[in-house]
Amino acid sequence: MLEVANLEVVYNEVILVLRGLSIEVPEGNIVALLGSNGAGKTTTSRAITGLLDNHEGKVTKGSITWNGKDITHTKPSQIVQSGIAQVMEGRRCFGELTVDENLATGAFTNKAGQKKQYERVMELFPRLQERRKQLAGYMSGGEQQMLAIGRALMAEPKLLILDEPSLGLAPLLVQQVRDVIKELNADGMSILLIEQNAMMALSIADYGYIMENGKVVMDGDGKKLLGDDDVKEFYLGLHQGDDEDSGRKSFKDVKHYKRRKKWAS
Amino acid sequence: MIIFWQTLAKAIALGSIYAIMGLSFVIIFKGTQVLNFAAGALSMAGALFMSILVVDRGFPFLPFTNPLAPADGETAGLALWIVHLVIVLMIAALMGLVIERVAIRPMVGQPLFAMAVITLGLEIAIRPFNLDATAISGRSIGVPWGTETWEIGGAIFPKSYLAAVVAAAIAFVAVFFFYRSRFGVAMRAVAFDQEAAMAQGINVGRVFAIAWALGAALAVLGAIFFAMSPWPPAGTVSLEIHPIWVFRVLPVIILGGLDSVAGAVAGGLIIAIFEIFAGQYLSQWTSILGPGYSTIVPYLVMLVVLLVRPYGLFGTEEIRRV
Ligand SMILES: Nc1ncnc2c1ncn2[C@@H]1O[C@H](COP(=O)(O)OP(=O)(O)OP(=O)(O)O)[C@@H](O)[C@H]1O
Ligand SMILES: [Mg+2]
Repeated sequence: MLEVANLEVVYNEVILVLRGLSIEVPEGNIVALLGSNGAGKTTTSRAITGLLDNHEGKVTKGSITWNGKDITHTKPSQIVQSGIAQVMEGRRCFGELTVDENLATGAFTNKAGQKKQYERVMELFPRLQERRKQLAGYMSGGEQQMLAIGRALMAEPKLLILDEPSLGLAPLLVQQVRDVIKELNADGMSILLIEQNAMMALSIADYGYIMENGKVVMDGDGKKLLGDDDVKEFYLGLHQGDDEDSGRKSFKDVKHYKRRKKWAS
Repeated sequence: MIIFWQTLAKAIALGSIYAIMGLSFVIIFKGTQVLNFAAGALSMAGALFMSILVVDRGFPFLPFTNPLAPADGETAGLALWIVHLVIVLMIAALMGLVIERVAIRPMVGQPLFAMAVITLGLEIAIRPFNLDATAISGRSIGVPWGTETWEIGGAIFPKSYLAAVVAAAIAFVAVFFFYRSRFGVAMRAVAFDQEAAMAQGINVGRVFAIAWALGAALAVLGAIFFAMSPWPPAGTVSLEIHPIWVFRVLPVIILGGLDSVAGAVAGGLIIAIFEIFAGQYLSQWTSILGPGYSTIVPYLVMLVVLLVRPYGLFGTEEIRRV
């Protein structure tokens, strides 16, 4: 179980990005973390995996606990070793390395399980099998996303964090990514799924958080959020009935506006 | 014609040594993005160590005798010499580790220019040790074949030429396999995208350390084979020549591309061919610069290549900085 409690993250000593964020990923669950651009989703992922240093970022308050152990200031390599792997935003495959070599980097902390995981990845993504010796840089976006997921799986993680895996993928591929996530989860892996594609994420999530400006503004069961009118309206732009206000600015505004409407009627 | 073959052999031999030296720069640059300006003093320290170990039968600055050394009055046989070479290369790797730990690691995250200047400072800091160890003049590296040569059809080929080619081939194969090994792949991943490499759990510090260890060992290997008979200061490790000589390798890596293994080898051979042939033939035709052409021509070649291909013949077009 991963617990993020009251997390505050500051970039460059001055830019406050996370303002008391609290989320949980219980063992074996799929948890969706949603939010618009700049909400702080990627920052959350960096904080959990120890990559803030690379961006002059710091955790200034709060804590991150993984299976009872505080990992707030742990080195990235130790975090991977402890069972948390991630698929970074934008895939970040090593373009000058072959598919096989990219996968090998994912197993850097998992030499013992490298062979087993390699076979598992090839089984999940048969396409990679055909491209084993190809340079990752020359592959399509969809193939690179599969490679990025496969690379993260090489570490044999207990918790997998995916940062916008559906970004820039055709609907059919989004579907495939979704199925893979479900399959991994069925094998017992916990998933923290960061997405802009709320429908895709919530359709498989046990629980969901919606964040804005570095804070959670709403959370609840995946199914419940999926059925929630506010979520629908904000993410899908499904304007209902007499809604004449088109200047939607943020999720909060939608909620306030709605609430006001409810209260007034 | 005899002159031509001799000149060609000399060029290939020198090119092999340049290639070894170039590989040293490339590995360190690929792994840490730092141009190692300490290569001169570092490689010379290693070559001196070899000389002290195998010729003086002692250790630099220490009052011990080398238990493995050849008996008094004898030079080491081939096997014994190679054993010593391997020991010295291991010590060189250790020196690389220490340098990385003490001077490079604390600078991580600083501008690359600052790191390059740090290595230049190291070059200057290591030199006095070299000076102290050599006492006065050049020292022999104690090769078993000494100044022996082969004669083929009237042309004379020093045995050191072949030794240099063999050493370069071994260095190239070693680097080739390293690149495909666990840590080699990790190093290339770090070079491509440091953050993504960290996200895979790759320990970037360890990759830096390995790059410096390997780079230092290659630098010393190059210096040792340059301290053999036909090369300038009559086959000795010399304070006058060695530190400067390393800067002559600069055109090699710039020509080949700073981060390319193939480039280091090709660059080494091309530069050496221009250098040796210019020295042999241009100097005969005109008396203006005399042997000076061999010094200038490599830089001219480098300049022309840079104008056409700023990233070198084999270098990565856009060298990333993360
Ligand atoms: N290295 C950085 N230095 C300074 N500010 C940063 C840095 N990285 C991110 N930020 C700021 O932090 C805020 C949150 O960024 P983050 O990347 O976490 O958002 P996000 O929710 O992942 O957005 P997106 O959906 O666009 O990926 C943004 O306002 C961004 O400008
Ligand atoms: Mg993001």
